[in-house]
Amino acid sequence: MITSIIGHPVVRLVAHRIAMGLLLLFAASLLIFVGTQILPGDVAQSILGQSATPQALANLRAELGLNEPAVSRYLSWLLGALHGDLGTALTNGQDIADAMGRRLGNTLFLAGCAAIIAVPLALTLGLVSVRYQGRWPDKLISAVTLASVSVPEFLLGYIVMFIMAVRLRAFPSVSTVYDSMSLLERLNAIALPVTVLVLVVLGHMMRMTRAAILNVMQSAYIETAELKGMRPFRIIWRHALPNAIAPVVNVVMLNLAYLVVGVVVVEVVFVYPGMGQYLVDHVAKRDVPVVQACGLVFAAVYIGLNMIADLVSILANPRLRHPK
Amino acid sequence: MSEIENPVLEIRDLKIEATSYPPGEKPVDVTIVEGVSLTLAKGKVMGLIGESGAGKSTIGLSSMAYGRGGVRITAGEVLVNGTDILKGGAGALRRLRGKTVTYVSQSAAASFNPARKLMDQVIETSLAMGVARAEAEARAVALFEKLGLPSPKTIGNRYPHQVSGGQLQRVMTAMALCPQPELVVFDEPTTALDVTTQIDVLAAIKEAIRDTGVAALYITHDLAVVAQVSDEIMVLRHGNMVELGTAEQIIHDPREEYTRDLVSVRQVNHAEKPAVGEAVLKINDISARYSGLKFDVLKHVTLELAAGQTLAVVGESGSGKSTLARVITGLLPPNAGSIEFCGRTLSPALKGRSKEDLRELQMIYQMADTAMNPRQTVAAIIGRPLEFYFGLKGAEKRKRVQELLDEIELGTGFADRYPAELSGGQKQRVCIARALAAKPKLIICDEVTSALDPLVADGILKLLLNLQKEEGVAYLFITHDLATVKAIADKIAVMYRGAVVRDGNRDEVLSPPFDDYTDLLLSSVPEMRLGWLEEVIAHRKMEAGGE
Repeated sequence: MITSIIGHPVVRLVAHRIAMGLLLLFAASLLIFVGTQILPGDVAQSILGQSATPQALANLRAELGLNEPAVSRYLSWLLGALHGDLGTALTNGQDIADAMGRRLGNTLFLAGCAAIIAVPLALTLGLVSVRYQGRWPDKLISAVTLASVSVPEFLLGYIVMFIMAVRLRAFPSVSTVYDSMSLLERLNAIALPVTVLVLVVLGHMMRMTRAAILNVMQSAYIETAELKGMRPFRIIWRHALPNAIAPVVNVVMLNLAYLVVGVVVVEVVFVYPGMGQYLVDHVAKRDVPVVQACGLVFAAVYIGLNMIADLVSILANPRLRHPK
Repeated sequence: MSEIENPVLEIRDLKIEATSYPPGEKPVDVTIVEGVSLTLAKGKVMGLIGESGAGKSTIGLSSMAYGRGGVRITAGEVLVNGTDILKGGAGALRRLRGKTVTYVSQSAAASFNPARKLMDQVIETSLAMGVARAEAEARAVALFEKLGLPSPKTIGNRYPHQVSGGQLQRVMTAMALCPQPELVVFDEPTTALDVTTQIDVLAAIKEAIRDTGVAALYITHDLAVVAQVSDEIMVLRHGNMVELGTAEQIIHDPREEYTRDLVSVRQVNHAEKPAVGEAVLKINDISARYSGLKFDVLKHVTLELAAGQTLAVVGESGSGKSTLARVITGLLPPNAGSIEFCGRTLSPALKGRSKEDLRELQMIYQMADTAMNPRQTVAAIIGRPLEFYFGLKGAEKRKRVQELLDEIELGTGFADRYPAELSGGQKQRVCIARALAAKPKLIICDEVTSALDPLVADGILKLLLNLQKEEGVAYLFITHDLATVKAIADKIAVMYRGAVVRDGNRDEVLSPPFDDYTDLLLSSVPEMRLGWLEEVIAHRKMEAGGE
């Protein structure tokens, strides 16, 4: 029984993908470490300022372990990261895992809210576009989503802020959240950044859904469904969509990854205490351990989501799920 | 014709048009079908026959008011049970399609949704009509059983890729019959199948039609097939009706010239030539497998072919005949055995072969379409081997291209045309010219006539025979079509599951006593006489009972 499960091609494929994901994550960690090493500037210098004496700089460097060879620093960093210890921030001595945990939670909350709205909406709009292909609903959806995807996020942020917060006074323009806020208060606070993020990712996902389904609509089995007298929406939903899952999921996951790692600008515009702001603050201070930790988390999210997309594509393929 | 009371289908003076978009010109409306009328009574089967482009499928689909790719019905009436379906709206059509009139397509493999289980697809329309799931499934299982599908109770739980092509075609027939329609349109339902599978599917379809009392339009290009299932036959050409009559009259007493041509097709014949020259090709004990497979696709194949002769390799899909071509051409190095070509041993892999090896061994493919670069003119396509192998340039090359075009019976005007401007038969001729341009000793022909209409295919076979006489080139002719084999072969090798089960001179191989497989293969080829199908089936049942 167990050998038959292990021998199943899907299990082997999935195991292969997961192994590749881990390997990729390891490569990313190496790249992040090397990248931060070759950055110009000196942490000790930026902590102590221009007026520091050479002796003080040397002492601080020794204290921070900056004189060790790069390989051993990398290994101890990686080993620590594997144990959940991301080190302490150079600038304020805080535990990075602790400080980042709360920020990451905020970012995932914002991204999750945006995703819950954007993904179903994009799929629905994609399906509607296919149903009315070339007619006015299709053109309207295309025009609106294209426009929203073309406007830079920061501008979109200020436009939304101007209309919703300044003119209509419906939502706060600053999205600062505290631990003591209730869920409803939090949702109210992040309404505007969520709106902006939805507008940014909607177009991409909707257009990909439309294209993938239209591609499937050329198939002979769609003609079969038409000749069976099925309703147009049922044909799209029951016959076309299941065969378009793989490309759609890939684009959805890319956009979800963007929602987590690419929202720096939106977080800054709405003063939202998420990962993006945290990263930007510490890059400015040359706080290398924090930058490395953020990079590692972003890489993990990115690789993880894309791995999920791969897994869904594999599982959605009946040929792999049910071999002959 | 006598008037039929309450016909299921009545088509009056049908006209079907499509818009064609010639490059660089204004779109023009092209008439695809004109002036076709037919009447089909309950429980009767009408065969629609003609070459590709005759409009048979278009007429078949018009009984569901459906036009493929911009094709539209512009005049005439299509009455189903006395109601003109062209005048009803979209809702009325939805209630007609898949319920009153159903459709069985040529390629069931492409026509089933790969992501859904067979049962869900078979009972989909029944459910939409309000039949309870349990009852619909019971109906489907009964049909699976009637159509001779293995394990009828559970086959519905499978996905399309999990059953064979012949089985899928039967499941599609079950899907068409499940909502208890009054008319089924069968569009070349057995054309894509092997002969030995075709005969079973054909028998199953015929029995299902008889038992359910449904009327049917049976579309095919194979007159021998349509003769087995039809009460009446309509012969079509270029969208017009040529002749309409009972099956018996069309087969035995065709009135029109074109029908007579169709009935008498496959008259290409030649006397078997004795092997006089040296062996061009010697295949010694070849075994081969694809990477990742755990078994050999070719098993100890040994064959010999003399200069100027034709060796036909016959077999069903999956018998290994195309793999054999890949091994000979070096695309798939064998894991055992050797190939001798013109007295020298060929390198197993393509990389190790000399330019001379490549030149003397040419290939022609089934799909002439995909074997040519659509952006090159005929002159460029044929000129390429002239330049590559012989270094011909300029006027010299043009002259040789022209000679080759003359040889394949295409005129001067063809040199500057693009593949898209050629018909299927013309494309295949250009591919033949390209192979000849290299002055090869051996041409491998892989199903070169399978995609062509019978009359066009006959023209290609005649051309190949003439060229062989003039140039002395040998052919390795791979095909599943036994009529083609009879027409062209000097020697025959029958392949089954990767092994050669019978080989020798043509007349020897085609004369009894047969081995079991060759017997099955030969007796499965449809013959152009009424009642042939029943005879074969009865004969087989008797033999099976006798064992």
